[in-house]
Amino acid sequence: MNGAVTSPSTAEIHAGWALRTRAFASENKLFMAGGLIFLIILLAAFFAEWIAPYSPTKIAFAQKLQPPSLDHFMGTDKFGRDIFSRVLYGAQTSLAIGALVTLGAILIGSPIGLIAGYFGGKVDTALMRVSDVFLAFPPLLLPISIVAAMGPGLVNAMIALAISWFPWYARIMRGAVLRVRKEPYIDAARAMGVGPTKIMMRHVTPNSLTPIIVQGSMDFGFTILAAASLSFIGLGARPPTIEWGLMAATARTQFLEHWWTALCPGFAIFLTVLAVNLVGDGLRDVLDPKHGTTE
Amino acid sequence: MSELVLDINGLNVQFPGLVRIVKAVRSIDLQVNAGRVMGLVGESGCGKSMTAMACLGLVPSPGVVSGSVKVDGFEVVGRPEKELGNLRGGKAAIIFQNPMKALNPFFSAGRQMIDAIRCHQPVTKKEARQAAMSSLHSVHLPDPALLLDKYPHQMSGGQIQRVMIAMALACRPEVIIADEPTTALDVTVQAQIISLLRELATEHSRTILFITHDLGVVASLCDQVAVMYAGEVVETGAVSDVFFNPRHPYTEKLMNTVPRLGQREQTLDFIPGQVPDMGFPPPGCAFHPRCDKATEICKQQQPGYRADGEQHKVACHHAG
Amino acid sequence: MLKYVTQRLIMMIGILFGVLTIAFILGRILPNSPATLMLGDRPTAEQVAKAEEELGLNKPLLVQYALYMGQIVRGNFGQSLRTHQPVLVEIRNRMGATIELTTLAIIIVVLVGIPLGVLSAVRQNSWVDNLVRAGAVGGVAIPAFILAMVLQIIFYGELNWFPIQGRIDSNILLDDPFAQVTGLFLIDTVLAGEWSALKSAVSHLFLPTLTLSIVTLATVTRITRNMMVEVLGEEFVRTAFAYGIAPHRIYFSYALKATLIPMLTVIGLTYGYLLGGAVVVEFVFDWPGLGGFLVFSIVQNDFPAVLGTTLFLSGTYLLINLIVDLLYFVVDPRLRTQ
Repeated sequence: MNGAVTSPSTAEIHAGWALRTRAFASENKLFMAGGLIFLIILLAAFFAEWIAPYSPTKIAFAQKLQPPSLDHFMGTDKFGRDIFSRVLYGAQTSLAIGALVTLGAILIGSPIGLIAGYFGGKVDTALMRVSDVFLAFPPLLLPISIVAAMGPGLVNAMIALAISWFPWYARIMRGAVLRVRKEPYIDAARAMGVGPTKIMMRHVTPNSLTPIIVQGSMDFGFTILAAASLSFIGLGARPPTIEWGLMAATARTQFLEHWWTALCPGFAIFLTVLAVNLVGDGLRDVLDPKHGTTE
Repeated sequence: MSELVLDINGLNVQFPGLVRIVKAVRSIDLQVNAGRVMGLVGESGCGKSMTAMACLGLVPSPGVVSGSVKVDGFEVVGRPEKELGNLRGGKAAIIFQNPMKALNPFFSAGRQMIDAIRCHQPVTKKEARQAAMSSLHSVHLPDPALLLDKYPHQMSGGQIQRVMIAMALACRPEVIIADEPTTALDVTVQAQIISLLRELATEHSRTILFITHDLGVVASLCDQVAVMYAGEVVETGAVSDVFFNPRHPYTEKLMNTVPRLGQREQTLDFIPGQVPDMGFPPPGCAFHPRCDKATEICKQQQPGYRADGEQHKVACHHAG
Repeated sequence: MLKYVTQRLIMMIGILFGVLTIAFILGRILPNSPATLMLGDRPTAEQVAKAEEELGLNKPLLVQYALYMGQIVRGNFGQSLRTHQPVLVEIRNRMGATIELTTLAIIIVVLVGIPLGVLSAVRQNSWVDNLVRAGAVGGVAIPAFILAMVLQIIFYGELNWFPIQGRIDSNILLDDPFAQVTGLFLIDTVLAGEWSALKSAVSHLFLPTLTLSIVTLATVTRITRNMMVEVLGEEFVRTAFAYGIAPHRIYFSYALKATLIPMLTVIGLTYGYLLGGAVVVEFVFDWPGLGGFLVFSIVQNDFPAVLGTTLFLSGTYLLINLIVDLLYFVVDPRLRTQ
C-alpha cells in the first residue's frame, strides 16, 4: 500500500451512477417536468395527423361554437372546426417557427460574432455598433417594422424575427472568441505553428457552444411568443395557416361568450413556452451551475 | 496558566448532498490560550477555512455543524442567528483571504469601519471615527483621516488588508482569526503584514489564529501550530516541537518537502498520492493510503490523540 | 464626469443615427414601393411614376438619404397617408395615452417586482422563494394578448366590473369634456375637478394596466432575484456578516446599494419591454395610444405613420437608457473617481 490511493470499488461506481441520475432527477424536478411536457408536445405535433380526431380545416356550421365536450375536447370555433385538432396542427407551426427562427439567428449571428472577435479593431467596433442599433429597438418593434415594410405573412415574420434576434448570438460568439484569445494556450498553439482557423475551430467552438445553447433554448420560447403575437396583430401567419396566435385573433369576435375559442390556443402557447423555458433554465443550471445560488 | 480563548471540541462540519455527504471537518479538538499565536496549517481542502467559519457561525448552508466551539466561554454551535451579533467582530474577528473583494465597493472604508465599530460599542459616529483613525494608526497606515474617505478601488491589496486588520482591532475582540490573509498578496507586502501581526502579538498581546498553507510563515509568526489533514487535526504542539520533532508521518513528510538553505539535495521530496475526496474519506486513519508506516489497524481505526509531553499531541497509531 | 456624459451622448446619437438608417432602409429599399402603397388600388404606371417623382424616389439613394435625414432632424416625420396630418401631430395626440399606461405599469412593476425579487433572494429555497419563482416562470410564458383576453372574460364578461375598450366613456368626451392639459387623464380630470370623469378614466385604465404589469412583473422579479442572489454571494457581504452587522442593514443597505446598478439597467430594459408590450395590449383594449396607432397604421399601409411611430418609440427607449447610464454615474463611486 505504499503510496497507492484507494480507488472506489466497482460496486461503488455503479451505485454512483444510479444514485447520481436519481439525484439529478430529483434536484432538477422542473427541468424533468418541462422536458416531459415538451416531449409530449413534440410528439403530438409530429403525429398530429394520426392523433387529431377531426380534420382541422373541415367546416361544419352546424357545429359552430360548441363548448368543450367529450366529442370536441376544446370545443369548436365559429366555423364549426374542432379546436383541439387545430391546436395539434398549430403545434407543428409554432415548433417549426421556434426552431427555424432560432437556428436562423444563430447561423447569421455566429459568423458575424466570429469575424468581429477575430479581427478586432475597426471591424469589431463597426459590427458591434451595428448590433447596438438592433438592440436599441424595444422588443417586438423591430420585427413589426420589418414585417410592415415587407408585407405580412408567416415567412416574412420569421425573417423579421431572425433579423431582430441575431445580434444576441453575434455578441455571444464574439465574447467567446475574445475570451479564448486571451488564454495562454492560444499563444502556445500559435507558437507551435497551429494555423489561426484551426485554433478558432478547435477552441472557440466548444467555448461558445454552452452560452449559445442556453440562449437558444430561452429564445425558442420567446420566438414562439413573438410569432404568436405578430400573428395576433395580423402581421404573421394568415389564413389558412393554422397558428395559435392567429386562432386567438379570429376568436376576438366571440371569445367573451365562448371562451374556449381563444383560451384553448392561448393555453397551448402558454404550456409550450413554459415547457421550453423550464428546459432552458434546466440546461443553464446544468451547464452553468453557479448561476442561481449563493452556495 | 492563561485562559482558554478558543476551545474547540469534537467539531464536525458536514455538507449533506443527495449523492454523498462531504465531511469537511471531522471531529477536531483545538485549544488556543490567551496571548498565543496558533497556526493552523494544511493543504487546500483540509478543512481549515471551515474551522474558522465555524468559530463565527458563518458556515454557509447547507452545512451542518456539531460539536462544541467556545469563544471566550461563549458556545457558538447551535446558537440561533440573532444571538451571534455580539460574537462576530466582538469576541472574534476574522480577516479574509482576498482583500480586493472583502470590502463593499460602494461604501468608503471609513463607513464600513464605523458601522462595524458601532455594532459592538455604544459610541457616536464621531467617536467611532476617532476609534477607526487610531486603529488605522496602529497598523501603520499613513493619513488615517484621508483614508477613511477612500473607496476600496482606490487602495492597494496590502492597504486594504491593513484596513481589515485595523477594523478587526477596533472592535476589540478576544481573538483574531486570520484566514490566509497573505496568500493573495505580493511577497514583499506579505512580509510587512506578517511583521505587523507579529507586533500585535508580542507588543499588544493579541490572540491570533493564523490559518495558512505556508509553513515558513508559521515558523516566523506562531508559537503553536496545529496540522490538519483531510478534516482532522493530526498533530499539535509548540512550533519548535512540531517542526523539529514531527511525530506524525504526515507532518514528517511535510517538513521534508520544504527545502532548507544549506542543504544540497538532488531532488525535492514530495508526498505520493493525493488528498482524499472528502465525500468518501478513507476508513480508519485518513492518511493511511499514503503512509509508509501504515498497518492493519490504521485501515480500520481512527487514531486518538497521544500526548508527548504536555503540549505535543499526535493522532497516530505509530507515533514515534 | 463631463467626459463620461459626452461619451454616452455621442454613442446615443450614433445609435439613433443607425436606427434612422434602418428606418430609411425599410422605407425605401424594400420591394413595396411607398408610391404604390400610397396610391391605393391599381395605380397606372404614369401615376406611379409621377408619385415617385414627387416623393423624390427616383433620385440617387444617397441623395434621398441626405434629404431624409435633413427632414427628420427638422422634426418632419412625413405625413400620415390616411389622415394627411403630419405624423408628429398624430403622435402627439396619442402620446398621453401610452405614457399614462406605461408609467402606471412601471410604477406597479417596480414597487411590487423589486421587493418580491429581494425577498425571494434573501429567503432562498423557502416556500416564498419557490412561489415567486413559480409565478415568474409561469408569468413569462403567458402571451400578453391571452392574459388580456382572460382578464376581459373574467372582469368584463363575467363580473362586468371594468370596461374593456378605450380610455374613458365616450359620452364624457362628447358631452362634458374636460381640459386636456397634460394628456394624462388621471391628472387632467383631477385638475378639472371632474370626478365622474376621473372614475371613468380609472376604471378604463384598470385592466390594460393590470395586463401590462403582470406580464412585465414576471421578468423583473426574476431578474431582481437573480441579481440579488449574486450580490449576496459576494465576499463583502460575508465580511459584513462576519462583523455582526444586523441582517436587515446588510440586505437593505449593503447589498441593495450593490444591486442598484444592475437594477437601473433592469428598469431601463423593463421600459423597453413595456413599450413593446404596450403595442399588443393597446391593440386588444382599443387603447388610443401609440401602440394601437402603430398596428392600425400598418393595417392601413400608412407607412410614414408606421415609421414615425417606431422612430418615436425607439427614440424614447434610447432616451431612457441614456438617463439610466447617467444615473450609473451617481450611484457607482468607481465611475466617479476616474
